[in-house]
Amino acid sequence: MIHIEHLYKSFDGRDVLKDINATFENGKVNLIIGQSGSGKTVLMKNIVGLLTPERGSIDYDGRDFVSMTKREKILLRREMGMIFQSAALFDSMSVLDNVMFPLNMFSDKCYADRVKRAEECLARVNLAGTGTKFPKELSGGMQKRVAIARAIALEPKYLFCDEPNSGLDPKTSIVIDELIQGITHEMGITTIVNTHDMNSVMGIGESIIFICKGRVEWHGSNTEIMDATNPQLQDFIFASDILRQVKEAHDREA
Amino acid sequence: MLTLKGALTDTGRYVQLMGRALSAPDRMRMFFQQYVTEMYQLGYNSIGIVLIISFFIGAVICLQIKLNIQSPWMPQMVVGYTTREIMLLEFSSSIMCLILAGKVGSNIASELGTMRITQQIDALDIMGVNSANYLILPKIAGLMTIMPILVTFSVASGIIGAFCTSFLGTTTIDELIVGFHYEFNQWFFWCGIIKAVVYAFIIASVSSYKGYTVEGGSVEVGKASTDAVVLSSILILFADVFLTQILT
Repeated sequence: MIHIEHLYKSFDGRDVLKDINATFENGKVNLIIGQSGSGKTVLMKNIVGLLTPERGSIDYDGRDFVSMTKREKILLRREMGMIFQSAALFDSMSVLDNVMFPLNMFSDKCYADRVKRAEECLARVNLAGTGTKFPKELSGGMQKRVAIARAIALEPKYLFCDEPNSGLDPKTSIVIDELIQGITHEMGITTIVNTHDMNSVMGIGESIIFICKGRVEWHGSNTEIMDATNPQLQDFIFASDILRQVKEAHDREA
Repeated sequence: MLTLKGALTDTGRYVQLMGRALSAPDRMRMFFQQYVTEMYQLGYNSIGIVLIISFFIGAVICLQIKLNIQSPWMPQMVVGYTTREIMLLEFSSSIMCLILAGKVGSNIASELGTMRITQQIDALDIMGVNSANYLILPKIAGLMTIMPILVTFSVASGIIGAFCTSFLGTTTIDELIVGFHYEFNQWFFWCGIIKAVVYAFIIASVSSYKGYTVEGGSVEVGKASTDAVVLSSILILFADVFLTQILT
């Protein structure tokens, strides 16, 4: 479980995160949603330590990440996996080498076992047999799946996904969402997904926080979101015609 | 004042980055893999350009010396002697490293800059890898290892180029050989090697710093690449003055 309390972050005197409080539960897909520029990515970068907050605490199962030493942070990061918006695969390495990279760095297994584990991870994301290809030879969706395989290679406790569906068609987005949800449930890990894709929100949003102008304005789940009364959240969700029609139908039925 | 502040900030960030880069590798196995790869990419791939440039510069120096100091009072072996001294003391170490600062420096800065803007460096950091150490140390170590070899090839190629001018009828091979052997001081060769090692550190570390700290997009990567070459070249020229004073 990851627990955040009174988190503040600003850039050049401009407050981007203001008193963020949130709990991301274990074994669930936790979504951070909000409009572009609302502070989602800044929040995630603070959680994983790519940025340092001005104030507040980020607690990983009882371990305060903000007050940790550099060495302790490095050790904790080995329990994290992350999928970037751009996949961030190492383009000089083959797919298999990309997935093997964290194993090569931190695992004491022999070479054959490391290869076996990497192939298992590739098979889990339905990319068995693509190990010899290079990232540039793969489609965007396949690159994201390789990034997922790399992120789970070391069996992390925490999985972070920064807009994993960005640039993907709706069908591929569903495949990625299902993979993330499946892996979260199988491994019992804490997963945080940063997204503004309403398909993901409705599909895998077991726990959701909505951020607007650097503040948490709402939290709940995908079953509650349609009934939320928060005006900013309603603006965000029902910006889509389809969802507006779904809401109207839902209200008529009620 | 702003420029001075910027320079001091840059120096501080450079020292901090080098502190992270020059620490013991997380995994020696991974370090050696990267080290060999960098030696190949930065050094082996530069052998061709080093041999070609040195060959022609050696030949041109020989011809220029012959044309400009030709006199009945001047022994013919002076042509070979002067060519050797120029190649050993300045061209193969300093000027060749300036040329390599352009090729290797821009390569390093653009590679790391692209990795930065495509979040590949962030990915390493999130995994708990010391990204500076993993990416920069093998480049510095690899270039410092391969540069003395390139300098040796450069001297040899320059001398061969000078020999080839004898086919143009300007000087005889015998006269050149006498000149090449005349008062040969082995220390001058080692001066070139020491200079090359220092310049290799400057090129690899400065270019890595410029690439690693890129913020923005492709325009900034291009700018970092240019800055890396310019700054490395200036620092090499500064270092050349001090090293020449200290070593000779």
